[in-house]
Amino acid sequence: MEEPKIGVFICHCGTNIAGTVDIDEVREFAAGLPGVVSARDYKFTCSEPGQLQIKEDVKNLGLNRVVVAACSPRMHEITFRKAVAEVGLNPYLLQIANIREQDSWVHKNGSTEKAKALIRAAVQRANLLESLERREVPVTPSVLVVGGGIAGIQAALNIANANHKVYLVEREPSIGGRMIQLDKTFPTLDCSSCILTPKMAAVGSHPNIELMTYSEVEDVSGYIGNFKVKVRKKPRYVDSELCTGCGICIEKCPWKTDSEFDMGLGKRKAVYTPFPQAVPNVPVIDPDVCVYFEKGTCRACEKFCPPGAIAWDQKEETVELEVGAIIVATGYDLLDPSPLTQYGYKRLDNVITSLEFERMCSATGPTGGELVLKDGSAPQSVAIIHCVGSRDKNYCEYCSRVCCMYALKYSHLIGEKTDADVYQLYIDMRCYGKGFEEFYKRLSDEGVNFVRGKVAQVTDQVAGEEEQGKLVVVTEDTLLGRMLRIPVDMVILCPAMVARADADEVARRFLINRGADGFFLERHPKLEPVATASDGVFVVGCAQGPKDIPDTVAQASAGAAEALSLIDRGTVEIEAATAVVDEEMCSGCKICLALCPYNAITFDEEKKLANVNDILCKGCGVCVAACPSAAITGRHFTDKQIFAEIDGLLADVKPPLVAV
Amino acid sequence: MVRQIINPYKEAVDIVKEMGGEALRLCYQCGLCTGACPWNVLKSFPVRKLMHEAQLGLLDFEAEDMWACVTCGNCVQQCPRGVEIIDVMRAMRRTIVALGVGPVPDSLRVTMKNLAGTGNPWGEPTEKRADWAQGLNVKPFSNGAQMLYFPCCTTAYDASVSRIGKATATVLQKVGASFGILGSKEACCGESARKAGDEELFQRLVQENTAAFAESGASTMVVSSPHCYYTFMNEYPIAQNGLQVLHSTQYLAGLLREGKLKFSKEVKKRVAYHDPCYLGRHSGVYDEPREVLSSIPGVELIELPNNRENSICCGGGGGNVWMETKPGERLAEVRAEQALDVGADVLALACPYCMLMFEGCLTQDVLDRLELRDITELVAEAM
Ligand SMILES: Cc1cc2nc3c(=O)[nH]c(=O)nc-3n(C[C@H](O)[C@H](O)[C@H](O)COP(=O)(O)OP(=O)(O)OC[C@H]3O[C@@H](n4cnc5c(N)ncnc54)[C@H](O)[C@@H]3O)c2cc1C
Ligand code: SF4
Ligand code: SF4
Repeated sequence: MEEPKIGVFICHCGTNIAGTVDIDEVREFAAGLPGVVSARDYKFTCSEPGQLQIKEDVKNLGLNRVVVAACSPRMHEITFRKAVAEVGLNPYLLQIANIREQDSWVHKNGSTEKAKALIRAAVQRANLLESLERREVPVTPSVLVVGGGIAGIQAALNIANANHKVYLVEREPSIGGRMIQLDKTFPTLDCSSCILTPKMAAVGSHPNIELMTYSEVEDVSGYIGNFKVKVRKKPRYVDSELCTGCGICIEKCPWKTDSEFDMGLGKRKAVYTPFPQAVPNVPVIDPDVCVYFEKGTCRACEKFCPPGAIAWDQKEETVELEVGAIIVATGYDLLDPSPLTQYGYKRLDNVITSLEFERMCSATGPTGGELVLKDGSAPQSVAIIHCVGSRDKNYCEYCSRVCCMYALKYSHLIGEKTDADVYQLYIDMRCYGKGFEEFYKRLSDEGVNFVRGKVAQVTDQVAGEEEQGKLVVVTEDTLLGRMLRIPVDMVILCPAMVARADADEVARRFLINRGADGFFLERHPKLEPVATASDGVFVVGCAQGPKDIPDTVAQASAGAAEALSLIDRGTVEIEAATAVVDEEMCSGCKICLALCPYNAITFDEEKKLANVNDILCKGCGVCVAACPSAAITGRHFTDKQIFAEIDGLLADVKPPLVAV
Repeated sequence: MVRQIINPYKEAVDIVKEMGGEALRLCYQCGLCTGACPWNVLKSFPVRKLMHEAQLGLLDFEAEDMWACVTCGNCVQQCPRGVEIIDVMRAMRRTIVALGVGPVPDSLRVTMKNLAGTGNPWGEPTEKRADWAQGLNVKPFSNGAQMLYFPCCTTAYDASVSRIGKATATVLQKVGASFGILGSKEACCGESARKAGDEELFQRLVQENTAAFAESGASTMVVSSPHCYYTFMNEYPIAQNGLQVLHSTQYLAGLLREGKLKFSKEVKKRVAYHDPCYLGRHSGVYDEPREVLSSIPGVELIELPNNRENSICCGGGGGNVWMETKPGERLAEVRAEQALDVGADVLALACPYCMLMFEGCLTQDVLDRLELRDITELVAEAM
């Protein structure tokens, strides 16, 4: 190996590092380390002039290794790798010493000493770095979108309009998601159906979109640019090719059950579309409700279907797809408020959830858009309880972000439909979005009663004449500092938005992570808001966390742009820091095979040797550590490199007490 | 009046803030605690406001509110930010007691003085601590016995509550348990001293009792009071000393499961069970008392509207048992009304303080319609 000529570049990061680390002292120390030919500092090494400093030194001083002492490699390793590559240095000959997150940000004392140790470690490691070549592989130019809510719809249309193939997989019989369940939408009060159904129709007829409803992704394998996906299509028992969507089968079917779409407030038939504007407009037969599946009789639908589309012998089908990128847009559920017994949901009549209220308000809903109590009369007074389970360490610690606004929207809708008095029971009004404060003002003007307090109880135990036959909302009005009893006819609960019940399974299937709140985790909250831990898999909409429609749509477009920029390039670079098996040393024990989380290791039965597929390998190093014959090397993280780094880090540390 | 954020009792306020700890800073003033507090049915008790005053250091140490909290834990259980509200209440009282920044209610002061002098709230002579057991053939604890019975000061000294001790001893004898008592060697567990803010006294009682338990060599202890139970389990170094503590209802439920609790008579009554705060919410024991009650032949167990986690305090917790309860401010009355509303003949109790509070607060008219019985009494009657 050539004689190492190392340049060390120390970043001040404004005062982030220079505020606690003595830069001059560290620079002089670095200059004296073996192999270092120059040590420099700069205010912001990541900036244009900062990068130029590095490039000039590589050219002028003939540096063949570069150490940047700055922030976390997760932040700027790519930036600096690019910079050195531009002047002809192999990007793997760059080493980062993280003296910000691991030093200046977390230590009040001793951060200068620690910076020195970290830089010495990086320099010692840099001495042993080797060039690695990245490989490029071709990309399959199509995208899988999972979930057909507004997020999935938006992403699918963006990609399809750019002339790329999209497979949109939706679990329910129709696309539309939660948004199609809503009546009007804040802050502009446009009708949800009016703005969404045209988009749904566009998805249904788009030549570049293959819509797979009533389907779920069963298995994902492969890697960025080249995923293989298995999709399970449930039998509809209606032939989509023959069905004209006339709806006669639904009319004739005598069997009913609670409608999921109407939150159980209305009924649907055994053969049904969830709602009249469904896309695709092809019904499904629910085998749990249809008596034909139980008793072999009825078949009313079949008798009347003009084109003869009923297909009893349909079977579940599995389809295999190849895609270059995946967008997960599986949305959210609402917290079931029944365990919060103080609110009386499911125990007291006329205590309903927000989604139930949306269905009630909808012209296509179970009451034809009328706001009615259990007994059919119109409410005289309504209480809307915010933060049901949100912002509460006993349930969901986070804010659900949309409830304040839709609760305001409800004041307006109630006012449109009835003369009822409306009480908003809130903790804090959070109306932060564009047009939101204006909406808050408008509703204040419409005459809403705002009571600041977290409701302690909703009860039917009345305490006086005026409470007779009412639901009583008991709360402290924290602004008055007084306990209030508010008698109302209807209580609307705004439950927390929560991750889908099957989020864990979905996360495992797509190899993505979940945050403490249960939602899918983005790679970086600010700079990579739709990327995930899995390269080529993106997450958008409420699957990533509670948000309103404008934010969902913006995120979905971002996800589409990311996916497009990936598949449009035609190729992807494959990480070179992967594991490699030394054939001489492998004993064929197969321990590594079971451990690899990415199924990247195969076994050559003839030679009795393990083999790492370096396209699938992510370089996590599990096999390297586990191999009892030390036959596997992690490229860019060889034992020698790691030990050199440790030695550098601990050079000043006295030998520790030996543990027994 | 404009109030400035400068407090003459800075030191006192700092102590409260420190004891309330990080959790106090987290309070976001939602007011759920005020609404959850049982007092709001009867009077105004601004729990949330106190938390904010504590945050800003604007506490009025002279206010009556300093002493109202019955430490029932209903608010703590529900607080969305996990504020340890009882710790804050305790800290305010502790500051008052230690630094004299406000008045301590007279009755409470006398009680604490008695506790300090004689180890019981009434200032009764220590020698009389075992008098409740006279004529019952209860033995002083000796090393050979399997179990130590710790009755609670109220059981030991209060004429109307001592029936709990008597019933417990009778049941223990009937099942053939080998047990004894410490009598004058034990003192109050100190729970109410601590909640009343007298930390010093509490620590002294902990030391005295811990020494007495260690000296006795007992390995199992059965207690009648949930307050003793909670305090021994959570605030004494009991576990380190290898002592197992059981509330009487837990012990009885254990016997029941082993088939050792046998009944010979019926108690034909509609019984409603009142969950004591320190057995239920504070210690999580809800099932055992119900298990025992429903095993008694003839007993029809009915639930009060506020049961288990949602039980309402009798009004005696947090040292309130030693203070005056004004008419119209009696939680015990609310509770008795609930029992009568569901058609109970008997209100079953499992705590000496509850017994004392109900006995003291209910009018004769109510007592004529609603019998107050400790669970052990009902068990003894049916054996
Ligand atoms: C009561 C209420 C009122 C609201 N009102 C407004 C409003 O007025 N204005 C506003 O801007 N926002 C409002 N919102 C927020 C709005 O509902 C969301 O922003 C939006 O619906 C999020 O869309 P999404 O596509 O991310 O998720 P979803 O709408 O939940 O769509 C997800 C889709 O994925 C499908 N899916 C789930 N799991 C799988 C799987 N494993 N495989 C395949 N498919 C799957 C689902 O069936 C669904 O079709 C409201 C929310 C609530 C609760
Ligand atoms: S319930 Fe908790 S957060 Fe709410 S006001 Fe009370 S102490 Fe504060
Ligand atoms: S502990 Fe009980 S009495 Fe004290 S403030 Fe909380 S709810 Fe009220």
